[in-house]
Amino acid sequence: MPINITMPALSPTMEEGNLAKWLVKEGDQVSAGDVIAEIETDKATMEVEAVDEGTVGKIVVPEGTAGVKVNALIAVLLEDGEDAGAIDTAAASPAPAAAAAPAEAPAEAAPAAAASAPAGPAPVANDGSRIFASPLARRLAKLNNLDLAALIGTGPHGRIVKRDIEAAISAGTGKAAPAADAPKAAAAAPALAAGPSADQVLNLFDEDSYELVPHDGMRKTIAKRLTESKQTIPHFYVSVDCELDALLALRAQLNGAAASDKDGKPAYKLSVNDMTIKALALALRDVPDANVSWTDENMVMHKHADVGVAVSIPGGLITPIIRRAEEKSLSVISNEMKDLGKRAKERKLKPEEYQGGTTAVSNMGMMGVKDFSAVVNPPHATILAVGAGEKRAVVKDDAVAIATVMTVTLSTDHRCVDGALGAQLLGAFKGYIENPMSMLV
Amino acid sequence: MADTNYDVIIIGSGPGGYVTAIRAAQLGLKTAIVEREHMGGICLNWGCIPTKALLRSAEIYHYMQHAKDYGLSAEKISFDPAAVVNRSRGVSGQLAGGVGFLMKKNKVDIIWGEGKVTKAGEVTVSKTSKKAMEPQHPAPKGTKGEGVYKAKHIIVATGARPRVIPGIEPDGKDIWTYFEAMVPPTMPKSLIVMGSGAIGIEFASFYKTMGADVTVIEMMPTIMPVEDPEISELAKKQMEKQGIKFLLEAKVSQVKKSAKGVTATVETKDGKTQDLTAEKLISAVGVVGNIENLGLEELGVKTDRGCVVIDGYGRTNVPGIYAIGDVAGPPMLAHKAEHEGVICVEKIAGKDVHAMDKSMIPGCTYCHPQVASVGLTEPKAKEAGYDVKVGRFPFIGNGKAIALGEPDGLIKTIFDAKTGQLLGAHMVGAEVTELIQGYVVAMNLETTEEDLMHTVFPHPTLSEMMKESVLDAYGRVLNM
Repeated sequence: MPINITMPALSPTMEEGNLAKWLVKEGDQVSAGDVIAEIETDKATMEVEAVDEGTVGKIVVPEGTAGVKVNALIAVLLEDGEDAGAIDTAAASPAPAAAAAPAEAPAEAAPAAAASAPAGPAPVANDGSRIFASPLARRLAKLNNLDLAALIGTGPHGRIVKRDIEAAISAGTGKAAPAADAPKAAAAAPALAAGPSADQVLNLFDEDSYELVPHDGMRKTIAKRLTESKQTIPHFYVSVDCELDALLALRAQLNGAAASDKDGKPAYKLSVNDMTIKALALALRDVPDANVSWTDENMVMHKHADVGVAVSIPGGLITPIIRRAEEKSLSVISNEMKDLGKRAKERKLKPEEYQGGTTAVSNMGMMGVKDFSAVVNPPHATILAVGAGEKRAVVKDDAVAIATVMTVTLSTDHRCVDGALGAQLLGAFKGYIENPMSMLV
Repeated sequence: MADTNYDVIIIGSGPGGYVTAIRAAQLGLKTAIVEREHMGGICLNWGCIPTKALLRSAEIYHYMQHAKDYGLSAEKISFDPAAVVNRSRGVSGQLAGGVGFLMKKNKVDIIWGEGKVTKAGEVTVSKTSKKAMEPQHPAPKGTKGEGVYKAKHIIVATGARPRVIPGIEPDGKDIWTYFEAMVPPTMPKSLIVMGSGAIGIEFASFYKTMGADVTVIEMMPTIMPVEDPEISELAKKQMEKQGIKFLLEAKVSQVKKSAKGVTATVETKDGKTQDLTAEKLISAVGVVGNIENLGLEELGVKTDRGCVVIDGYGRTNVPGIYAIGDVAGPPMLAHKAEHEGVICVEKIAGKDVHAMDKSMIPGCTYCHPQVASVGLTEPKAKEAGYDVKVGRFPFIGNGKAIALGEPDGLIKTIFDAKTGQLLGAHMVGAEVTELIQGYVVAMNLETTEEDLMHTVFPHPTLSEMMKESVLDAYGRVLNM
């Protein structure tokens, strides 16, 4: 029997992914453990390994296919002695993902929009982009009270056509918000203004003065999450200057004392960033009311400080997490960070390594930035923006003195962390930075 | 040793087969096509194309006879049957040669001979046993010959041939099929046409224009039974005006040959019989798939009523064996075969294609007046449970039609009253075979009446009637 290779779930919550690349082609021999494909989820690129050995008989989902459902058939592996003729029967049972998608996908995407006006101008999605649907599909959607924005088109270039409407009707998906509920929903969450449409933007420029680069999964996720954050989280910002001289001295001392391994490489090499992570984690331990997440029903009080660290990578950024950072020694944090940072740049992080967290650090000090404010990345309630440590004139004992100073700005979700609480957290953080020995005990 | 391994081998180079071969080659598949007789198949050699050439001669002859209607004079009008036939053969030969060129251009190997699927993945080509219909166009140069060839995918595109009614077997002399009707040595003075489908009606129209006394015998209550009855009736009336006689709900029970030609005994619905005598009889009672001697039976390929059974992608029940076109079932039309073939190889190449949708395949008949249609007829739409809105616009209301001297005809559109979906369009009149594609595009893009009403049609054209018909369906017709 040919062996079906299906879309793997790379994390417990993963529902779909993009088939980024095939590393094998039809006819290739593979053994168990060979990397055969790369799957791109919203933030990471993961490798898919062959579980059985055999010959790749058929690639069902071509590379570059977006939104492939978990468990959808992506390829068929032939065992010894089987030929491609056996495939059709094997592949026939589970429908390929792309074709099966329309009936199941829509539910999550459905925004609470009133029925769009199908017969008039082309319908517009909540983000302002045009929804491509045939005239008949638009009218059928209206007659059946379906929201086109919630449907996936299977016509040319993803156009929504009659069969997509029929699929949604039979699957019971894609319902537009009932008319009676619409005013209530509108009162609870007034519709957000859509940004300018692609056409509106492009019309401002000469046609030959730019190139269009399609968004990858990471870019879309960044755009979606941060827009959501700024639109739904009431941000406020608290800044404080921290003197770094003591911390730099301690860092030099600790790094000097690091044992060397057999190649003469030190066992650890602490950075200011590693110490910042630790200081923030300890400050959250000391001010537990600030180590929270907001949900509409409850305050989520976290028992540990899981600190996300923004890592800039080509094409975007990702925030791997140092879990239970308050419990970890500086050397452990430092080495863990090096590993996460390296794998982040290779887009090899597992989703559980960057999903979640209770706060985050974004450090642009190494780029010479003096200070900035960051966007809270839910479910976090806070994010700390760290500027460069630089020598500044400070007033000490009524005299001007020189000190290495770094400005940090805490962005806070005001729904769960109020101003005074934010200030208290930042005070605790400053305490650890300026008295760094306290981080060691 | 010559390379005999291919990704795809197609048996039959008709419009389905050769288009499939080109598309396969475009997709990077190593492709060969097996042909035993003539590049381009029946369509180019004995079907669509040469009949259009004959009908064009008839049309011009008709206009010459009616020159006075246009203020012109033409005297001593006559024709040379051999020259008319020669022109038709020339047109056919030019296009058949073109197919050979297209194969070469696309690096498709031509294997000359009779193909048989000897086992999965293997086609054995042997010398052609069938006696070719004369005159034959020359075979293309540089073809491969008899031998055993391998291919992962074998597509059967062997087309169809005239259906034969027992007792009325064509003899090539007095009882003709379309083969003989295409190359008459002389124009018969009288003719019986058995069957009023596209083939029968086109020959009836041609021979009537060329002066024959023509009687058409049809078993069904309307001529061109697949067409909308209202359109069939209008076409019939106009052809009756030209002098064609029709016997409907009638059946030829036997045919006797005599020195004068043939005498057909015709049974009508009321149980009466009558004898009709004519110089020739054309049997045009449909076609059957060429499913024999291909090895299909031995391999267990499923067939039904003379055609190979396939899914929406041309796949048979045996992996690696496909069928497209006439041999794979109705509607037996060249453009259906081409599209079926394209879908078939795109699926083979792993493209994301949708299965064949047979509900939007247009049909054209090139009689005088022409008939063209797409989608559901009015009775079929009602049968399917639609509440319909029907629009009609006659040629007499169109400026261009009057200027052309073609005031007879009708464009009929059928909409689903609930959704505005265009369910079908049916036309009879001058040039309608060139008009129908507008509605075919509209149906494929899933337009509603609203979009068609918003579309600007150029003036003065026959196409304006297409919009008027839509407007009429919604009570908004302008020029009536």
